[in-house]
Amino acid sequence: MSKNLRVKTSKFIDETYRVSFKFNGTKYFGYKGDTLASALLANDIHLVGRSFKYHRPRGIMTSGSEEPNAIVQLHNNSDRTEPNVRATEVEIYEGLEASSQNCWPSVNFDIGGINNLLSPLLPAGFYYKTFMWPASFWEKYEYFIRKSAGLGKSPTTPDPDIYEHEYIHCDVLIVGAGISGIMAAKTAAKNGLKTLLVDEKPNLGGSTVYQNSEHFKINNQNSGSWLEKEINEIKKIDNLDIRIRTSVAAFHGYNFLLARENLTDHLPIEKRKNKTRQKLLKIRAKKVITATGSLERPLIFDNNDRPGILLSSAIKRYADLFGVACGEKNIFLTNNDSAYETAISLIQKGIKVEAIVDNREEIESKLLYEVEKNNIKVFKGFTIVNTNGYKKINKVSLMKLSKDGQKVIGSKINLSCDCLGVSGGWTPAVHLFTQSGGKLKFREEDQVFIPNKYSSEQISIGACNGDLTLEDIIENTPKYLKEFLNVKKTDYDNVEVFSSENKSKRNIWLLPSDKILGKTKSFVDYQNDATAKDIKLALREGFRSIEHVKRYTTTGMGTDQGKLGNMHALGIISETAGTKMGEHGTTTFRPPYTPLTFGTIVGRNVGEYFDVFRRTPMHEWHQKNKAEFENVGQWKRAWYYPKNNENMFEAVQRESKAARESAGILDASTLGKIDIQGTDASEFLNRVYTNAWSKLAVGKCRYGLMLNEDGMVYDDGVTTRLGENHYIMTTTTGGAANVLGKLEDYLQTEWPELDVYLTSVTDHFATISVCGPNSKKIISNVIPDLDLSDENFPHMSFKNTKIGKINCRIMRISFTGEHSYEINIQANYANSVWEKCMEIGKDFNITPYGTETMHLLRAEKGFIIVGQDTDATMTPIDLQMDWIVSKKKYDFIGKRSLYRSDTIKDDRKQLVGLLTDNPNEILEEGAQIVADVNKSPIEMLGHVTSSYYSPNLKKSIALGVVRGGKNMMGKKLIIPMENKTINVTVADPVFLDKENKRLNA
Amino acid sequence: MFIINCPFCGEREQSEFKAGGEAHIERPRQPTELSDDEWAEYLFMRKNIKGIQFERWNHIHGCRKWFNMVRDTSNDEIKAIYKMGEKPPVK
Repeated sequence: MSKNLRVKTSKFIDETYRVSFKFNGTKYFGYKGDTLASALLANDIHLVGRSFKYHRPRGIMTSGSEEPNAIVQLHNNSDRTEPNVRATEVEIYEGLEASSQNCWPSVNFDIGGINNLLSPLLPAGFYYKTFMWPASFWEKYEYFIRKSAGLGKSPTTPDPDIYEHEYIHCDVLIVGAGISGIMAAKTAAKNGLKTLLVDEKPNLGGSTVYQNSEHFKINNQNSGSWLEKEINEIKKIDNLDIRIRTSVAAFHGYNFLLARENLTDHLPIEKRKNKTRQKLLKIRAKKVITATGSLERPLIFDNNDRPGILLSSAIKRYADLFGVACGEKNIFLTNNDSAYETAISLIQKGIKVEAIVDNREEIESKLLYEVEKNNIKVFKGFTIVNTNGYKKINKVSLMKLSKDGQKVIGSKINLSCDCLGVSGGWTPAVHLFTQSGGKLKFREEDQVFIPNKYSSEQISIGACNGDLTLEDIIENTPKYLKEFLNVKKTDYDNVEVFSSENKSKRNIWLLPSDKILGKTKSFVDYQNDATAKDIKLALREGFRSIEHVKRYTTTGMGTDQGKLGNMHALGIISETAGTKMGEHGTTTFRPPYTPLTFGTIVGRNVGEYFDVFRRTPMHEWHQKNKAEFENVGQWKRAWYYPKNNENMFEAVQRESKAARESAGILDASTLGKIDIQGTDASEFLNRVYTNAWSKLAVGKCRYGLMLNEDGMVYDDGVTTRLGENHYIMTTTTGGAANVLGKLEDYLQTEWPELDVYLTSVTDHFATISVCGPNSKKIISNVIPDLDLSDENFPHMSFKNTKIGKINCRIMRISFTGEHSYEINIQANYANSVWEKCMEIGKDFNITPYGTETMHLLRAEKGFIIVGQDTDATMTPIDLQMDWIVSKKKYDFIGKRSLYRSDTIKDDRKQLVGLLTDNPNEILEEGAQIVADVNKSPIEMLGHVTSSYYSPNLKKSIALGVVRGGKNMMGKKLIIPMENKTINVTVADPVFLDKENKRLNA
Repeated sequence: MFIINCPFCGEREQSEFKAGGEAHIERPRQPTELSDDEWAEYLFMRKNIKGIQFERWNHIHGCRKWFNMVRDTSNDEIKAIYKMGEKPPVK
């Protein structure tokens, strides 16, 4: 049975409410209000995990989000499992199950621990140095490295929880509800500003609220009780929105911040049902006040990572807030007054303090006197050189520091203990400030980085601004607030403060040892096992930039982002390199401040809402008729319609044959449609297309090719002249939005003098294409009143007509080379017209075909698909489409580029047809084309862009781009594949009906 | 994320806008009379300054209007916004 280290009733813990939970399979009890860490410590459990590289036993080190060691997996093997969760932040609830990570078979006996013994062989950059050679072996190494890397296990089943996004606009956002944040919130809200106060913890008040000491007083009350009254007051203010369990992840420019609000993580699983688990708050604040406090620094000495070694401030929080003793024989190692504060707290609660080891030689401090009054031995000018105890600390060894602090002298003193609190002073939490683009400055006297230049309407107040004592906070905060919020007075202008703390500090980044550095394990980054030795090695090997040292040693690259050790890494670098601290800057603090789940990031955009798609009016018909769909841009398009277990190839062969032999029907609604009106519409088309438009008669259609200014093909489609000043342009499905944008750009910026209006009507009209030798018969039955004779309705013309009572536009245009009609009809009538075509077409075996058959049919005719046969490096000349480029027009978009020195070269890649020697061999799209496989290196001439088996020609056909292909007609080329080479002959890209006889058949 | 004051709609989130590159590069009136080098200058050469930059922006998910912006690229501060065709403000 483990010990109970709950020492004192705390008002923050509900001891009438017992909570059971499991850790590594064993059942324990805690109280409501406990974190997993405090409950484990109350059960005398320090060992919670293993370190990343050496698999050293590690314990709880902090009491907050900066925790590097105590990261656990929650609810392993369930759909709610979550890796890398900080035990110091998890609030326990009935049924909580947590387990250790990065250890096998168990945290107490971990095979990987062998790495600890091998550690002399595993220096910084070990993986880079060892596994780089021979290069071809990397694939084999990688498997094992990846397997041994990584911390927790990610879930393998869908997340059952609900996540949301919430937009918040406020006058003032205050990040952090410690003493300065509370003061700021009250001042802002009482002045009528819409205020939002967020804090990552479940309770307000930071570290002051549990301060219960005669040594820290505000207006003659204990600072904790004073703050509690303030908190109770602000809770009543209407225009103050308080969000607890809310961690700001990112602080972007223009005061845009992202925060995660935890709503259900503290509840038993069965009470979470149908509730939103977490919200991503997207906050836009006119002003931001950062009051994120500070993080206590550890100290860097040999074996400073054992379970039972905690930050001194964490020990105080566990004692004061949770009523838990972290040990029964406590020793402290400090270089400032903070550890004495903790010691006094412990003494008050009857927890034994063995000794305090202070780096400082001469100390003038009321706190020290109080400690000494209690007969606690203080070792002044001493440091700890080593610790013992594999799974928990049981002994420390101290030695006297030399005057310059660079060496240890005298003999070793050994003291036994079961807990060591360390305090290396405080680091302002400037992470969010720097994320926002703020610039830091280095304050020499206590070796901290503090905010210097702000990038937006914001200030930092309190400890994160370098006001590290209660006195400084109470004195400075009201001044800052008045100026920033532009108010005349605050409630805190005449507050009296009493504090016994002395600011003196003896900062030594790497404490000296009696051993040589190479024999020590002084951890700087606990989670990633980066030691002082590793950093010095990186410097010896020539790394200078902090960013490089970070990546080489992995310092600061764990899930905790080096919140504890980064400053020490900087200190050791500057000491070793002989440069001034501050000159190196800091590493970049990147969002998120604490890890976010993917669920929070995506919010409700999951499942069918992850990437919404567009459907045509006939979508349901396609579904009913068993179509397979393909994504084209945002659209779902019918791809092919398999019948009787056909595979795609078989379905496409049948559809293609039917379209040429009798009739096919295609849903072409996704084509972009732009309505163009205005007296300059013809002139406008002249400028945007390569061919001439002025002479196109009303009622006629014309194919157009659109270029970019660089001369490369951008889009294509048929445009119809509906009236004197009225056109309808069709674009490719994927290009529709961009074409509209490009046309608007030219109209607004280059040619504002043109009288032209553009309207996207893609969604308003559905398009049904009926093609094939029997299409005329079908359409004559669908629209009996329309004269379909070639004289009245020739190829490339259009008619306004009616199907029943429904107006429609019908064009005689063809993308298949067959006699063909495109019916454009108001979208909500489209399905009925489609069904009518199907009904009437039954006698002619009308066959619905999808995009794949459409591609095959147009390839037989050598028609290009922009984006498949072109790739932004193809001019119309490269495509052998010289006929569409007007020689007469003075200018059009891209014209000048068509005769740049580069675009007129003969050896550009040009579009050609390719025929395989073996007519049954189908080429792979994307396959490389070469002329000589024996040349070294093999010269790549181009690649296959489209390839199909044509059922109408009974042979394989392909289009491809080949360097100088235009002049290679009839030449033999080679397509080398993995296991074979395929011989092809360059051919005309038009494979079928070169004379266009079928158009009028 | 910026807040952009569209000259037609007022302040809106950056996500409603599309950046359109450097401003005040006029398409040559007579491209066919330019040498390859002159045309290339128009076609390809763009500034990428750390500091004050004149840019085109489009309120693509709003009024779809193009306008000009003066932005300090070192800190994303928007110095001025003005309509197409208007003269850029003097520094």
